[in-house]
Amino acid sequence: MTDLYAAQRAMRNMRKAALQRGVVAILDVGTSKIACLVLRFDGDGFVGGEGVGALAGQSSFRVIGAATTRSRGVRFGEIDAMAETERAIRTAVQAAQKMAQTRVDHVIACFSGGHPRSYGLDGQVEVEQNIVSEQDVARVLAASEVPDYGPHREVLHAQPVNFALDHRSGLSDPRGQAGQNLAVDMHMLTVDGAVIQNLLYCIKRCDLEVAGVASGAYVSGISALVEDEQELGAACVDMGGGSTDVSIFMKKHMIYADSVRMGGDHVTSDIAMGLQISAATAERIKTFYGGVVATGMDDREMIEVGGDSGDWERDRRTVSRSEVIGIIRPRVEEILEGVRECLDAAGFEHLPSQQIVLTGGASQIPGLDTLAPKILGQQVRIGRPLRVQGLPQAATGAAFASAVGLCLFAANPQDEWWDFEIPTERYPARSLKRAMRWFKDNW
Amino acid sequence: MRPIDPVEFAKAPTMGGSARVSEAVARALRARLGDTSAQAPARPRDPAPSRAAYRFNRLWLTPSFRFFMRRIAPVLAIAGCVGLWFVDADNRMAFNDTVAEVKRDIQNRPEFMVKLMAIDGASGELSEDIREITSVDFPLSSFDLDLPGMLDQIESLDAVAKAGLRVRAGGILQIDITERTPAVVWRGPHGLEMLDVDGHRVAALEHRVDRPDLPLIAGVGAERDVAEALAILNAAKPIMPRLRGLVRVGERRWNVVLDRDQVIMLPEENPLGALAQVMALNQAKDLLGRDVKAVDMRRPNRPTLQLTEAAQDEMRRLQGVELGVSYR
Repeated sequence: MTDLYAAQRAMRNMRKAALQRGVVAILDVGTSKIACLVLRFDGDGFVGGEGVGALAGQSSFRVIGAATTRSRGVRFGEIDAMAETERAIRTAVQAAQKMAQTRVDHVIACFSGGHPRSYGLDGQVEVEQNIVSEQDVARVLAASEVPDYGPHREVLHAQPVNFALDHRSGLSDPRGQAGQNLAVDMHMLTVDGAVIQNLLYCIKRCDLEVAGVASGAYVSGISALVEDEQELGAACVDMGGGSTDVSIFMKKHMIYADSVRMGGDHVTSDIAMGLQISAATAERIKTFYGGVVATGMDDREMIEVGGDSGDWERDRRTVSRSEVIGIIRPRVEEILEGVRECLDAAGFEHLPSQQIVLTGGASQIPGLDTLAPKILGQQVRIGRPLRVQGLPQAATGAAFASAVGLCLFAANPQDEWWDFEIPTERYPARSLKRAMRWFKDNW
Repeated sequence: MRPIDPVEFAKAPTMGGSARVSEAVARALRARLGDTSAQAPARPRDPAPSRAAYRFNRLWLTPSFRFFMRRIAPVLAIAGCVGLWFVDADNRMAFNDTVAEVKRDIQNRPEFMVKLMAIDGASGELSEDIREITSVDFPLSSFDLDLPGMLDQIESLDAVAKAGLRVRAGGILQIDITERTPAVVWRGPHGLEMLDVDGHRVAALEHRVDRPDLPLIAGVGAERDVAEALAILNAAKPIMPRLRGLVRVGERRWNVVLDRDQVIMLPEENPLGALAQVMALNQAKDLLGRDVKAVDMRRPNRPTLQLTEAAQDEMRRLQGVELGVSYR
C-alpha cells in the first residue's frame, strides 16, 4: 500500500505543479480514437452567483487546444502495440499543442481497459478526543480492511464515499463533529497493473509527465451525468470502441465501476465479416447507415458495398439497410445485456433512482433509445458530455464524454485516500509527530 | 491531345462503392495500357510525427527557446560573421582604409572648406601677429581646424584681451579680437613696457616719447598695482603738469616723482588720503612750489618735509638773522 501511496501522491504533486504552471493536457486513450485537450487554468474564474453555482470548478479552465486522432495499437482499451500507440499519442499531442500554441509538459490520462474491479471497503475506529480530527479520519481510512485484490493489480481510485459517526450516517466531512465511533465506507477500484504501467511508459516515451491517471468509466460519469443524477444515483454507460464502461454514482461519489469488453469496434467487425467487406468500408456503412430498429423503409434502401475484389464491373454487391441493422442489433443487444449483468452484479436495482445514461461514441447509433429501455429499464437517456469553455464543436459529441470528464476531474478532483493525512502510526519511527504524540500521551 | 487517364472515369467514392475498388480498377487499366510511369498510388502517409520532429516541435514551442532563436540568435549570427571577417588583418586594414577615405571625402566637400580668415577688432600690427602665429594654409577643411588650440594661441598674445573664433557661413574663419588698451608705461627690468589697467603687458615701447599721453610708473613690482597707481595719478591731477611718474618702493608703497626731483613719499596704507593731504597743503600753501626736496607722508599723522640744501642754508640763515647769529 505504501508504494502505491507514494506513486499516487507524486502524481498529485505533479498535478499541483501543472495547475500552478497553468497548462495541462488531457489524454483519452481509447480503442478507436485518442483525444488530447490542452487546458489553460487561469485564476479562479467564475465562482457562482445570480442563481448559478460554481459549476464544479469547470469555469476555472478553458480548452485552448484539441486534437483527436485514430487510435492505433489499442485493443479493449488496453495498449497492445506500444510503439504504434506512442505514435498516435504523439500525433494527438502535437496537433493539440499546435492549436494551443504552447508546450505542454503535464498530462492527465484516462483509459478504460484493464478489467476494472470495484471493492467496497469499510473501517471503524474510536475517536480519540470526542471531536473528530484529521488524524481520526486518517486512522479510520487506515483501519479499513483492504481485500486481497490479486498480485498484479493496482489501485486506481480509492475514495471515501461515506462517513458515519455513531448512528449518524451519510456525512461527507466528519471533521470537528462530536462522536465516539467513526466509520467510513470506501470505494476502491483496481485495474491490471501492467495496463497502467504500459500507459505510463507510453506517455513517458512522449516526453510528458503524468499528472494523474483516471478510470474511463469514472470520468465519463462525471461529465455525462448531470448533478442531480450524480446525487440521487445513476449509472453511466460509456459505450466506447473496444469496451463499454459502466459506472454507478450515488451522492456524487462513484460507488461501482465495471466494464464490458465489447464496443463499437465489434459491431464494425461483425459487419465486415457478415458482409465480407473491409473494416474501413464496414465502419463507413455503420456510421452512415447503421441503426438498431428496422422499419419497412429499410428493406428498400439499398447500400452499395464494393467487394474490393478488383472486378469492378461484376462484383458490385448491395445490401439493404435492414440487413445491416440485422447484423448490428444482436451485437448491441449483447453489449447492453452485458451492461445489465454488470448492473445486476452491482445491485443497481436497490438504488433509489434507476436512471441510466448512455454515452460514448457507440451510443450514437440511431434507435438505441428505443432498444436500450427494453434491456436496461425505463429510465434510459442518451447523454452527451457537459459543455466546457473553449471546446471545439467537433469535440462536443458523446464520443468525448471521457475527455471532457477528465477535464472536470483535472479541475476539481475528488479526495482520494492518498490525499488525506497519513496516520501517525505509519510514519517512520523517528518522526517528530510521533514524539509529540508520546509527550501528549504521557504528560 | 491529352492522354486519357482512367482515374478520371472512376466513380467518386461518395457515390457508393468504394474508393479502393475504383483505385484498383484504375491501376489495372493503367497497367493494361502499358503506362508504367504512374506507379501505384502512394500509401496514406503516416500522420504521426517522428520522435525527432515531435521533440523539435516541443522545443520550438518552449517560450525561452523561441525567444532565443528569434531575437538573440540572429544577432549572435551576424555578430559572429562580422567578427570572423574582422579576424583577418587585411580585412581590418581594408575596412579602416575605407572608413578613413569616406571620412576624408566628406570632410573635404566644398561645404566644409574654410577659404579665408577675417580678423575684426585688431590693429594692423596685431593682425599681422595673429596671422603669423596661427599660420593656417587656406583652403582648409573646417574639420581640420583646431579652434580651441588657435584660441589659446591667440589669447596668449599680450595685446589680446579676449578672442572669439568661429567659422562663418561662406567658409570664413572669423576672429573677433578685443585688444588690451595700454594704461601706463612701466619702466621695468626689460626696458619700457606698456601695461593695461590690470597690469598685464600690452607691448614693449622703444621710447617714452612714443606714448607721451601715458603716465610712467617704475620700480620692481609696480606692474602688480597698476590700478592703485592709476588711482593715485587721478588724485594727483592738480599737479599733473609737474608729474614725472610714480615709483614703487620696496614693492610696497609709492613715490610720486615730480620735476625738480621733488618726491612725494606715500604711505603703504591709504596712499590716496595722504596724497589728498599733500594736495590740500599744496593748494593752501603752494607747498610743492617751494624749495622742497621731498614730502614724506610715510607716517600720515606726522608729515615731514625734506628741504633742498639751498633751502636749508637759507633757513639757517634766516634763523640766524632772527637770532643775530651768523654761521659763517
